[in-house]
Amino acid sequence: MSASTLFQHDAKAAAANLPRRSFVRTALAGYMVKRKAAQDYFQDWQSARQAASEIKYEGVNHLDRYLEEFTRNAEARGTKVFWASNSEQARAYILELCRQKGVQSIVKSKTMTSEEIHLNEALEKEGYRVVESDLGEFIMQLRHETPYHFVLPCMHLQRDEISATFEKTLKSAPTRDPEELTAIARRFMRQEFCRADLGISGANFLVAETGMISITENEGNARLTTALPKIHVALVGIEKVLPKLEDLALFLPMLSATGTAQTLTGYNSLYGGPGQLGETDGPEEFHVILLDNHRTRLLADPEQRDALHCIRCGACLNVCPIFKNVGGHTYGTTYQGPIGSVITPHLRGLQDWKHLSGASSLCGACTETCPVKIDLHHHLLQNRRNAVAARPVWWEKLLFRGFSFVMRSPALYRLAGRLAPLGFALRRPVRNTPLDPLRPWTATREFPAPPPRTFQEIWKERARTQPTP
Amino acid sequence: MAFPKSDSAAILARIREALRLSAPAPSVEAAPDAQSRRRWLPKVGPDYSEQIETFSAQASVLKAEFLRFPSFSAAREELASWARHEKWDRIATHAHPLTDGLLEGVEIPRFQVASGYDKLELEKCPVGLTACEALVAQTGSVLVSAVSSGGRALSILPPHHIVVATRDQLVPDLTAAFARVRATYGARLPGFLSFITGPSRTGDIERILVLGAHGPKRLSIFLIE
Amino acid sequence: MKVSLFIPCFVDQLFPQAAVSMVEVLERLGHQVDYPQGQTCCGQPPFNSGYWDEARAVAERTLRVFRDAEVVVGGSGSCATMFKVFYPELFHHTPLEAEAKALAAKTYEFSEFLVHKLGVTDVGARFEGKVTFHDGCHGLRELKLKQEPRQLLRNVRGLELIEMGEAETCCGFGGAFAVKFPAISTAMDEVKCNSIAETGADYVVSNDSSCLMQITGYLQRHQRPVKGLHLAEILASR
Repeated sequence: MSASTLFQHDAKAAAANLPRRSFVRTALAGYMVKRKAAQDYFQDWQSARQAASEIKYEGVNHLDRYLEEFTRNAEARGTKVFWASNSEQARAYILELCRQKGVQSIVKSKTMTSEEIHLNEALEKEGYRVVESDLGEFIMQLRHETPYHFVLPCMHLQRDEISATFEKTLKSAPTRDPEELTAIARRFMRQEFCRADLGISGANFLVAETGMISITENEGNARLTTALPKIHVALVGIEKVLPKLEDLALFLPMLSATGTAQTLTGYNSLYGGPGQLGETDGPEEFHVILLDNHRTRLLADPEQRDALHCIRCGACLNVCPIFKNVGGHTYGTTYQGPIGSVITPHLRGLQDWKHLSGASSLCGACTETCPVKIDLHHHLLQNRRNAVAARPVWWEKLLFRGFSFVMRSPALYRLAGRLAPLGFALRRPVRNTPLDPLRPWTATREFPAPPPRTFQEIWKERARTQPTP
Repeated sequence: MAFPKSDSAAILARIREALRLSAPAPSVEAAPDAQSRRRWLPKVGPDYSEQIETFSAQASVLKAEFLRFPSFSAAREELASWARHEKWDRIATHAHPLTDGLLEGVEIPRFQVASGYDKLELEKCPVGLTACEALVAQTGSVLVSAVSSGGRALSILPPHHIVVATRDQLVPDLTAAFARVRATYGARLPGFLSFITGPSRTGDIERILVLGAHGPKRLSIFLIE
Repeated sequence: MKVSLFIPCFVDQLFPQAAVSMVEVLERLGHQVDYPQGQTCCGQPPFNSGYWDEARAVAERTLRVFRDAEVVVGGSGSCATMFKVFYPELFHHTPLEAEAKALAAKTYEFSEFLVHKLGVTDVGARFEGKVTFHDGCHGLRELKLKQEPRQLLRNVRGLELIEMGEAETCCGFGGAFAVKFPAISTAMDEVKCNSIAETGADYVVSNDSSCLMQITGYLQRHQRPVKGLHLAEILASR
């Protein structure tokens, strides 16, 4: 089944799941209230957005320079930097590292790039034990499901569902108390942090000037993932570059405001190398894997290049009426929501994934909310245009050619209008059957009854009876 | 078996090829002044008393404990009373004038974090005491580092984290915090820095705030003025 | 002022009363209304589906129809957006680029025209009823219209304006989206209509007839008593 067919099927099922939709919408309504407060705490939010978009523009449009600067500065502090063109290279590097270092147990903090390259499956296939330490990711891992939202992985689950998951997989006692549920995960994870040989993280930013990565979190699991094991590997998309350390003074508060509606997230940490001389602990080895995986394809499209400015805050998901009604799993790919719909055709193939760009009313709420001013909804439109230019859908092409032909002739247009009642009459026998062309509309909504006269007719009549002075 | 070769040449070639076409620069909607970004970020007062108020208000919202002491001896008394009340069997800490100063004469067994320490022993400690790089008024944050705060694990593993700081360590915002770190370390920045903003937390379960997800459930900031 | 009206195909065919009301309001304010012959469509349907060549062919014709207009009022937020925002892009790097930009500069959405061009917020209308306003996405986010319809409605005698929680949330029309992804479109429609119901309003008003078609389609299927009206119809009421 194609991704597109699956999408339609899942969207329909999700739209019919009223309790889930209601739960998700309530959660996101709560986010909007707190988000407004976090934004109002800024003296000038719109100027902050403008500054953020300019900094990201600088970084992405000089990406070669800043990646080289990052690599130089990171390697000077003992970091090993590996440039991976694709998923295979990234996975091969990590697997080889595990082999050579005799790794047995791996703990991970949240990283969407690892989802993108299907890392967990590759590691588990080779017999490595991999545990997700972020609470939401952990729950989803136990359920054998992918994250629902790339910032809030289990936002769609109610506490009973979470307890049931823990009861089944960890043999814990049933509970409805969030504190107890969190404590169950905490107790389990502490042992994992202490026994892991390797910690794998992502990064929110690559600071070129100092050769450091920056990780934003609330739980502290990323800090533990990167503090205790002997080896730390960070898997980071190449577009995460920020030119200067001080750029974080703008980006950390903005990411917090839009991502989780906080003044600042619980832990914003910078990692500049393995444990340095004179420091009491820290990993013996620190590896940063810079991942391309078709990001350079997006870079090569100047019209949509700003999609690489994305800081993965998830705000566009939180305001998107499509996301709110179909949920994250319906997208069927690593990155959901508007940003996912924009970039997935570039990362995974335009013809296979153009339907995500089609599944939007182009309302623009995403563009309005984006902290780095990505022109998201217009990019969806551009994806549609590009898909058609590469491979038009034959019947659609025919339909719009016909439409264009009729609309270029006022006489034909009027004729079409006059033939409409005939069309309605012809439709009657097939009404509400799969042959009914109006069925996609009339299955759930009334179609307006045609008025006695069109506006053109009214105007003509008026001109006759009231000659212009 | 060998490591795959780093594909930097190929990636850089693709990047350079892609960047031959220029993308339109961000459209100017709000006309920002080229001045410091502080003008857009949340406002912070200019003097100590205003900044400490902001810090205190932020800490309160974050459910971090913020205590001000006129002297080390006052702080020591409080710490000793906590040790008795909480029945701490020991306190994990690192060598630093401020931590040493706070613990002077206080009768609690110490677990000293120094090079080569046993992580499993640290895991058993009920409380960790560290110094810090700075306190940030704008966000109510504590900036720790591997150099000033006993490494990476001490401030995150024990379930209760106590920070001891002095008034000169209060800075208005993140920009000032970075400036202070640069001034302290020059070109050789610590290998690890972290802005700690409240105790560890999660909202993953029905958006209900729960403290102490994986990091400390309790964060106490002792300011010696 | 001579005001040239652009009445989109679906308003002409399905909601002529909205256009009639626009004419009435403008004439009452003392302006001459022109309805240039030969207009049909702004080209949005093929444009939104990615068929820009076909859209351009239709748009070229429309450019010609309005070439000599002094000022153009678009009969819906989405068509006004097509002229103002997308025509310059559609004709970028073509000989008609300057003309497209000229049309963009002299086009207004209806409420935008009244409030910003004419400086009028009180058209002397009277309409008894509880009304809630739906912000069409094109008008709201592409043309940045929010206060204009509300300023006009607040001056209508006898009208009580109640804001709905989801006023700015998309109704789910989105053109072809409504029939290509009907399950999602209907879910969004449901959210909108429930929000309308919560206000206790008798009427839902919008400056976009396509949104009204979507919203009233759901309301009628579910036999809800709320009626849909175009902003112009309210403003034409006496």
